[in-house]
Amino acid sequence: MHKKTTYLIPYMLWIGLFVIAPMALILYQSFFNISGHFTMGNYEQYLTNGVYLKMTFNSILYALIITMSTLLISYPTALLLNRLKNKQFWLLLVILPTWINLLLKTYAFIGLFSQNGSVNDFLRFVGVGSHQILFTDASFIFVAAYIEIPFMILPIFNSLAELNPSMINASRDLGANSWQTFRRVILPLTMPGVKAGFQAIFIPSLSLFMITRLIGGNRVITLGTAIEEHFLVTQNWGMGSTIGVVLILAMFVVMYLTRDRKAKGGRIQ
Amino acid sequence: MKKWHISNLYLIFVFLVLYLPIIYLIFYSFNAGDTMDHFSGFSWRHYGTLLSDSRMISIVLNTLIIALLSSLIATIVGTLGALGIYSTKKAAVKNGLLSLNNVLMVSPDVIIGASFLIFFTFLGFSLGFGSVLLSHIAFSIPIVVLMVLPKINELPATMVDAAYDLGATTWQTLTKVILPAITPGIFAGFFMAFTYSLDDFAVTFFVTGNGFSTLSVEIYSRARQGVDLEVNALSTLMFIVSLLLVVGYYLLGRYNQSRRMQRVKAAEAKINQ
Amino acid sequence: MKKLMMVIALVLFICGALGGINYSMNARTSTSGSKTLNIYNWGDYIDPALITKFEHETGYHVVYETFDSNEAMLTKIKQGGTSYDLTVPSDYTVQRMRRANLLEKVDKSKLPALKNIDSRFMNLSFDPHNSYSVPYFWGTLGIVYNDRYVKAEQVQHWDQLWNPAFKQQIILTDSARDMLGVALITQGKSVNATNTNDLRAANNKLKKLMPNTKAVVDDEIKMYMEQNEAAIAVTYSGEAAEMMGNNSHLHYVVPSEGSNMWFDNWVIPKTAKHKKAAYAFLNFMLQPKNAAKNAEYIGYATPNKVAMKYLPNKVTSNAEFYPSDKVTKNLQVYKDLPLRVIGEYNDLFLEFKMTK
Repeated sequence: MHKKTTYLIPYMLWIGLFVIAPMALILYQSFFNISGHFTMGNYEQYLTNGVYLKMTFNSILYALIITMSTLLISYPTALLLNRLKNKQFWLLLVILPTWINLLLKTYAFIGLFSQNGSVNDFLRFVGVGSHQILFTDASFIFVAAYIEIPFMILPIFNSLAELNPSMINASRDLGANSWQTFRRVILPLTMPGVKAGFQAIFIPSLSLFMITRLIGGNRVITLGTAIEEHFLVTQNWGMGSTIGVVLILAMFVVMYLTRDRKAKGGRIQ
Repeated sequence: MKKWHISNLYLIFVFLVLYLPIIYLIFYSFNAGDTMDHFSGFSWRHYGTLLSDSRMISIVLNTLIIALLSSLIATIVGTLGALGIYSTKKAAVKNGLLSLNNVLMVSPDVIIGASFLIFFTFLGFSLGFGSVLLSHIAFSIPIVVLMVLPKINELPATMVDAAYDLGATTWQTLTKVILPAITPGIFAGFFMAFTYSLDDFAVTFFVTGNGFSTLSVEIYSRARQGVDLEVNALSTLMFIVSLLLVVGYYLLGRYNQSRRMQRVKAAEAKINQ
Repeated sequence: MKKLMMVIALVLFICGALGGINYSMNARTSTSGSKTLNIYNWGDYIDPALITKFEHETGYHVVYETFDSNEAMLTKIKQGGTSYDLTVPSDYTVQRMRRANLLEKVDKSKLPALKNIDSRFMNLSFDPHNSYSVPYFWGTLGIVYNDRYVKAEQVQHWDQLWNPAFKQQIILTDSARDMLGVALITQGKSVNATNTNDLRAANNKLKKLMPNTKAVVDDEIKMYMEQNEAAIAVTYSGEAAEMMGNNSHLHYVVPSEGSNMWFDNWVIPKTAKHKKAAYAFLNFMLQPKNAAKNAEYIGYATPNKVAMKYLPNKVTSNAEFYPSDKVTKNLQVYKDLPLRVIGEYNDLFLEFKMTK
């Protein structure tokens, strides 16, 4: 394993062709305005025009809320799933819904949430009366979290499954109660899974687009919506790329903040 | 048998929410009417339309081929990549590789699609099956790496060293020690890659051409006129097939397990004799 | 390791089997000859029965691919790598494609059936001599309202949308040109205004519409209105016709002070490889009976005046969808504006959507 590196060739080729090349292309394009002239104007507009800064702030806020609510739902789920017999089977059942087309599921949510939808029927039945559910922040966050939940459960579940049961037993034997065991043993040891889930959800949440329109009614504009518009509608690829560069930078920041600290300075054990 | 926990209620609730929209879709696939907001009676009508729609069936087959093939290749490349990242000694290089790995995971699909399109046209690559397959492989590799890498990291370093000390070659260590230990991660990576591929719309839309289409692209362009319940019927069928596969996988696993248990018991009986 | 190898073999086998099924299925449906025609059209924007009929009559095999916006289609064609024989841009996109030199000139001598098109819809500003485009469908931008919540006289003019009584009741279409166009019309300006001050003023007016705005969406307007999710929507006539077919409480109004008139048109991209087939298809679609069948399936207004005879009277006599000359006089067609101005429209509209 130490000597041979030929097996790395396909992976390196992939990094070169499909990661670095497109990234360079995006960076290159971010310096051109809509008429194809070289300019720093896109960055200037991004930083000085309040619209984009506000959008960035909103996106980060929503992405944080979405990631946190996903985490809050997913962690206990992964914990409980892990205790079940045939847990791999139940995990597959968690992933299964993601195989149904996203747009279709979104349309199903529209049907559930609309004025005459099932949820409002239920509310009327209970006597609470109907409410406007679609096009609200709450419904947007709910659907976004719904989409992301399997992608959060999976890494947490994996790190829980890897957990050495003797650790937990040892903790119990040493007199720790369930809460202490969870707080001092299980949680720290599953942090890599939580971090992986965070990475897999936070940045994509910054760039959600379709459900911002379908469920959020475009009352929520994220960076993703803006990129989508600049690439597909307004054809202003320069500005779209500029926001893309911002997203890539944001990703590096998130990666840095959630990095595996153990890796630094060798293994401390 | 385990005792019934009150906490199972929580799990039931989570599963209920996860499956709620799917149940809704399936329910309306049997609607005699044409929309998803009013159920006007039971009918197999939309299944009939689906089965006679050869264009749709052909697209489904295309979609499955792309998903299976791309996730297979992505899994192989990604696993090799994860091994490579693991064996990197310098922390800075490792982190750099990991960051590059994650770029595609976190880039918005529209950007990925647009930049791949420019890239393919720059190379003079004709758009169609090949370009879609390559793109799907490309955006699935990072998730495979993310699924496999933790498993490799959890390998006790002593195990690999022991293999070398006992005179195993690199290839032997890889196939006899490392791969068996990380197989669950590889499978998880394959499944996630498959999921990403099935779900992708934006990237495929940009890089497809010459009459080649996948299910998501077709659904998105049809949705302009409101979702066709034929698509619900299709999703129902696909859902049932995947459910059967999952249950089959589960039963197979149980069968193997019980056989193993029997073998163990038989062996024990022999010893006790 | 054995397990992994087995899985790889299994996946490859399944792929092979699926590919085999797919191949044999396509071999059965397509005619053996290599006469094909590649059409790139909006999703669900043609009666599939007509494609089958065309294949039977002429022996061509039609390869049909779909897109969901003018701009997405334009991107694909501009980048090359594809060779579509026919596609369907809207008016301003025809102009843009023409300028970008992406379109083949239409040889009218090969299109005898072009005479069936109403002269009102020929020689329009986006293509003055119809040298590049053949009209497919046309329509207007207007107001759809639900008579359960709104009275007809409340929504006859654009200005009435600003009525405080409609708080959180209106769904707008997610298009910078359309919405700023509405605001421009209320201020007596052209929908093709390029003056920055005019645009700013229009956007300021539009921002005041935000309290009444429930959502800013695209094609989904149809579904929301059919499900009584909102009382009022700003949308296109074609969409409106479909909604009204599914919900009898909905009605459509084209404000008399003016609105946008749009056209979707067939064009032949420069990269086309089967031009003969393209002309055969255009002639086929221009035949009155086929055009009428298509118009009935899609529900949009056809520019084919001979085809009108084959349409039910209740469709053609509907003044909202086939407006009289007097109404059409006030309707304006979008021109392709300079990129700088389009950028300005889009920035302003983004700003509008960001206002809470």
